[in-house]
Amino acid sequence: MTIKDKTAIVGIGATPYTKRGQSAPQTMEELIAKAVLKAVDDAGLKITDVDGFAYFAGGHDTSLLTEILGIPEIRFTATLTGAGGGSAGALGLAASAIVGGLAKTVVVVCGVQQAVLRYGTYSSSHPADPYSSFYLYSGLVSPGQAFALLARRHMHLYGTTREQFAEVAMSTRLNALSNPAALMKKPMSKEDYFNAPMISDPHCLFDFCLETDGAVAAVVTSSERAKDLKQKPAYILASTHGGDGNWGRSLYWFNMPDDLFTSSGHNTVAKQLYEMAGVGPKDIDVAQIYDHFTSQVIMQLEDYGFCKRGEGGPFVASGAIRHKGGSIPVNTDGGQLSCAYIWGMSHVKEAVEQIRGTAVNQVKDAELCLVTGGPSNIPMSGLILRR
Amino acid sequence: MNAQVINSMPDAISKAPPEEMVHIATDQWTQPFWDAAKQHKLVGAKCGNCGKFRLPPSPMCPKCHSQKIDWVHLSGEGTIYTYTIITRAMSPAVEPYIPYVPAVITLEGGGGTRLVSNIVGARVGDIAIGGKVRVIWEDHKDGMTVPHFELVPG
Repeated sequence: MTIKDKTAIVGIGATPYTKRGQSAPQTMEELIAKAVLKAVDDAGLKITDVDGFAYFAGGHDTSLLTEILGIPEIRFTATLTGAGGGSAGALGLAASAIVGGLAKTVVVVCGVQQAVLRYGTYSSSHPADPYSSFYLYSGLVSPGQAFALLARRHMHLYGTTREQFAEVAMSTRLNALSNPAALMKKPMSKEDYFNAPMISDPHCLFDFCLETDGAVAAVVTSSERAKDLKQKPAYILASTHGGDGNWGRSLYWFNMPDDLFTSSGHNTVAKQLYEMAGVGPKDIDVAQIYDHFTSQVIMQLEDYGFCKRGEGGPFVASGAIRHKGGSIPVNTDGGQLSCAYIWGMSHVKEAVEQIRGTAVNQVKDAELCLVTGGPSNIPMSGLILRR
Repeated sequence: MNAQVINSMPDAISKAPPEEMVHIATDQWTQPFWDAAKQHKLVGAKCGNCGKFRLPPSPMCPKCHSQKIDWVHLSGEGTIYTYTIITRAMSPAVEPYIPYVPAVITLEGGGGTRLVSNIVGARVGDIAIGGKVRVIWEDHKDGMTVPHFELVPG
């Protein structure tokens, strides 16, 4: 037995996305509560129907949310371990609670307020421990610096170029320009990309995602119940999380075998995801790929089988991920690079809209949408939604 | 292989990140590594049972679960596996230390284990994957010593 097709996302809600710090004086709990209420309303449900919460990346305080929102009873509350790697997998966590009979209506929610914690310093946001001491002393304080080490190695092994990173940034920016909710409003040329300040060579400013405030919530319930609700269901065809033991702590470890070092760490998660779904990369119509860094979009495209290992650079350079004319349109809302960074949850929102057929940059007749969680230490995660 | 890589700030000399940023926490499994560092010795953690190296040193061998460790004195030579050039400070206090170059070093005699460290005192344009490096030591005011690496000429 798996969770295949047994549940659906029936409601989605988001606060407006703002630049870092601009959500003040609203509090984090306030942003989350607003997103949850919107998602429940979108589903045509009442907040009193909610009986579970599923989170990732440390999660939020369910007891406080019940107090703020007036939820009568909680039957399920759980968090995937790790960091942004769990975003797509939190939907699977919600689905497993419903399939297992632990809850009926589970909300997945994530809020971000970067005036409190800048994710650019996430790697150094906790006191050094005996393990982190082995990389922190080198001055690697930011995930963007750590992933630059993987990107450099990928360039070395496969000839991947900064022009190819630029294509990811430009393609994603183009999608943001036609999305009113996206934060970045200016076109980006190749010249703009190469004029941007270098941060951690080979990663320049435009290889990094945005620093955003906001919250996104998704309501999950059984497929049976979903049929009678307000929206067209986005069925959870499959969701998996985890990772290869040899990937492990990855960007906090740097001792992965050579073939895994130049990857996104999604290899086993992708394999399990396609197996559960009974589909392959050729069946996917549109993909929301966790884009904290352009180089990791390229490596995820390889791990999810859209191209072979090492060929991600030429693949994106061919125009394959463009909304217009691409074989697999990627990050159609402008992604985390140019729309908003809500630790992966904006990708879930966009995926639901693509499946409903209501996205601003709609991929015509999209039936299957892939969503990935952030390449990081274990777990990575994946999600396939179907119409 | 990509011969087209051009490093940022090629004519700058790579610095060490500020020692004020560095706080080394230890436990009984990692302490011997840092104790040896204070003696300016680079050591590897080799399983006392099956011979597998691991880094950082952890409570047991992931292969055979033995808790015996042979602390092997390494030559201090190594090869650059990958690197990044930090060209922008994450906080104003770091500004004078730009550029610094975190690098992953494959340690000679270390059974394939890699150490994250810094390439210091090098012309940044001369740093490349595959480059040979040698350990040097930086003694800190808090009593800890950390390994850095310099390029080996030729």
